[in-house]
Amino acid sequence: MPLLDDYKDMVGQSVIEELRVLSEHLKGASIKNVNSTAVGGGVAEILHRMVPLLRELGLDARWDVIKGGERFFQITKNIHNALHGADASVSADDFEYLLETNRSNFDNIACDCDVMFIHDPQPIGLVENKGREGQKWIWRCHIDLSVPKKEVWDLLKPYVERYDSAVFSAPVFSPELSIRQFLISPSIDPLSEKNRELARDEIERALSPFNLDLEKPMIVQVSRFDYLKDPVGVIESYKIVKENIDCQLVLAGGTATDDPESEIVLEKVREAAADDPDIHVLLIPSGSDTIINALQRAASVVMQKSLREGFGLTVTEALWKGKPLVASAVGGIPLQVKHRYHGLLCHSVEGAAYAVKQFLNSPEFGARLGENGREHVRHNYLLTRHLKEYLLLFIAVRHDADIITL
Amino acid sequence: MPDITAKNPFVFYSRLHLRELTGIRASTLADLLAYIRVVPGSSIYHHTHHFLQRHQYLSPEPPNDFAYWVSESLGEDGLGEKLASIDTTKFQSIRDLRDRIVLLLEEERKKKPSIFEKTTPEGEDFYFIKSVSVVFQTPYVAGNLSEFRDALSKVTISSIYFHMFEARLRLERQTNDFSFWIGESLGDKELASKVARLDPYTHTLEGLRSKILNLTDRRLKS
Repeated sequence: MPLLDDYKDMVGQSVIEELRVLSEHLKGASIKNVNSTAVGGGVAEILHRMVPLLRELGLDARWDVIKGGERFFQITKNIHNALHGADASVSADDFEYLLETNRSNFDNIACDCDVMFIHDPQPIGLVENKGREGQKWIWRCHIDLSVPKKEVWDLLKPYVERYDSAVFSAPVFSPELSIRQFLISPSIDPLSEKNRELARDEIERALSPFNLDLEKPMIVQVSRFDYLKDPVGVIESYKIVKENIDCQLVLAGGTATDDPESEIVLEKVREAAADDPDIHVLLIPSGSDTIINALQRAASVVMQKSLREGFGLTVTEALWKGKPLVASAVGGIPLQVKHRYHGLLCHSVEGAAYAVKQFLNSPEFGARLGENGREHVRHNYLLTRHLKEYLLLFIAVRHDADIITL
Repeated sequence: MPDITAKNPFVFYSRLHLRELTGIRASTLADLLAYIRVVPGSSIYHHTHHFLQRHQYLSPEPPNDFAYWVSESLGEDGLGEKLASIDTTKFQSIRDLRDRIVLLLEEERKKKPSIFEKTTPEGEDFYFIKSVSVVFQTPYVAGNLSEFRDALSKVTISSIYFHMFEARLRLERQTNDFSFWIGESLGDKELASKVARLDPYTHTLEGLRSKILNLTDRRLKS
């Protein structure tokens, strides 16, 4: 597991030093993270890196996982989907079952830390244990709550409001609440397999099975095959670009086994691609981090033409690799990309095509924005910034003022 | 020049920000104006200053959040340009800065009332955010100009930002902490005035660091 000093070359010695100085004010503070899974998924991925780093900084950081049976996880999955706006139902009985499961965890998950940091809806009921004076309860929501299914959000909201504060990843995800809400963006780990530097021969080796021409301009979108990622729209944009510029398109992603719709989307993508040999539809299993890294690095332009998006960490990954980026102005993307500073934002198939053409015709323009994008991520979206904001959060929840002097 | 011992040591501080959502959002210029009048000062501060830190590697940096939103989300480039050109260095308090923005928007409304009702595309509302700031002492302390130079080369850009940008608003005076200390504690009025004249808004923070290091180096060699 990387240590703080391993990030020094990327973010600078002074940033690491600042984390150490700041953490002096939290020495010995106990922080309990609770989520629903120890492996798999973005939350667990972050906690695996974050908890050891918090400990290295002298905090007593802990991590527990809530336990539940099949019905519990089916309910929490439905809640997750409904909060994303999907048509999933959760009854009052289901919610009561979720709370009962939370209660049955009380004996295993001691709620005795200075800060109880509860991630997502699954362990939300643990807040029934709130009571110790001076203890702070924070609900960390990693979900896009911009258009939640109202009846499901109505079940959850009274529980959220029992917390002292909530944390969201983008302003557009934050609902109306009676408690304080902080904005903390997620981050990428520059030392992970998906983001580490790759030498040219590593890129070539990783992509060798896919019959790509690495000398030809390459447009890449990495996303699972889902309507909301608009892969067919990407093909339409590519076709407009192709009228003027000889290029190739790579659509890479997986299908979700629990989502029958993704097979239909993949079918439509193949139909739209027809027999164009320059369109490469790559089905890659989850965990193919080296391949994703290599594709993003080999790309001339990275696209993320989503119709809806969460925070959009694939955008962060592309920016970190210094790539010219064309992305829709949805979800967390406008937070990361200032139009014409770090990439080009688009609102339509034609707009996306126009933006891609600008980059392919003016590589120096793309290189400049790509370099800006990389610096933007270096300063704002790496794990060290995330760590800094968690430290600030643990300090801020103990105070009411806007200016806290330590 | 001999390295004079300062009357009082310079203690480097730093200030880090956490963003807090206010729950207030605007989808028209009319909303924007109404809310700018009433949101906390820490929100006006956030939207007119945070980009300097978040985009501190870009020079020229993107404009303040109000200007960017008006240009990019509402498509009102003319008004966006006017908002971007507000010289924040002229204002010694957030109150004055807020008044200036309000006045500019009110003048625009008299000229073009219809644009104040125009709504943004879906998902592009302006979200008012405020900064919660945590101020703390760093391990760096300077007792003379050489030590100051050494510490300045090592502190984070947040510390430079704190002493260069925020001194003006925090203390409501027309200088920065570095210049003030050099003038008052080292008694070096000439160097103090050179450091005071640096325009923090047209350099990146790393650029500012280099400029001050150059000035101190020259002074130490003279």
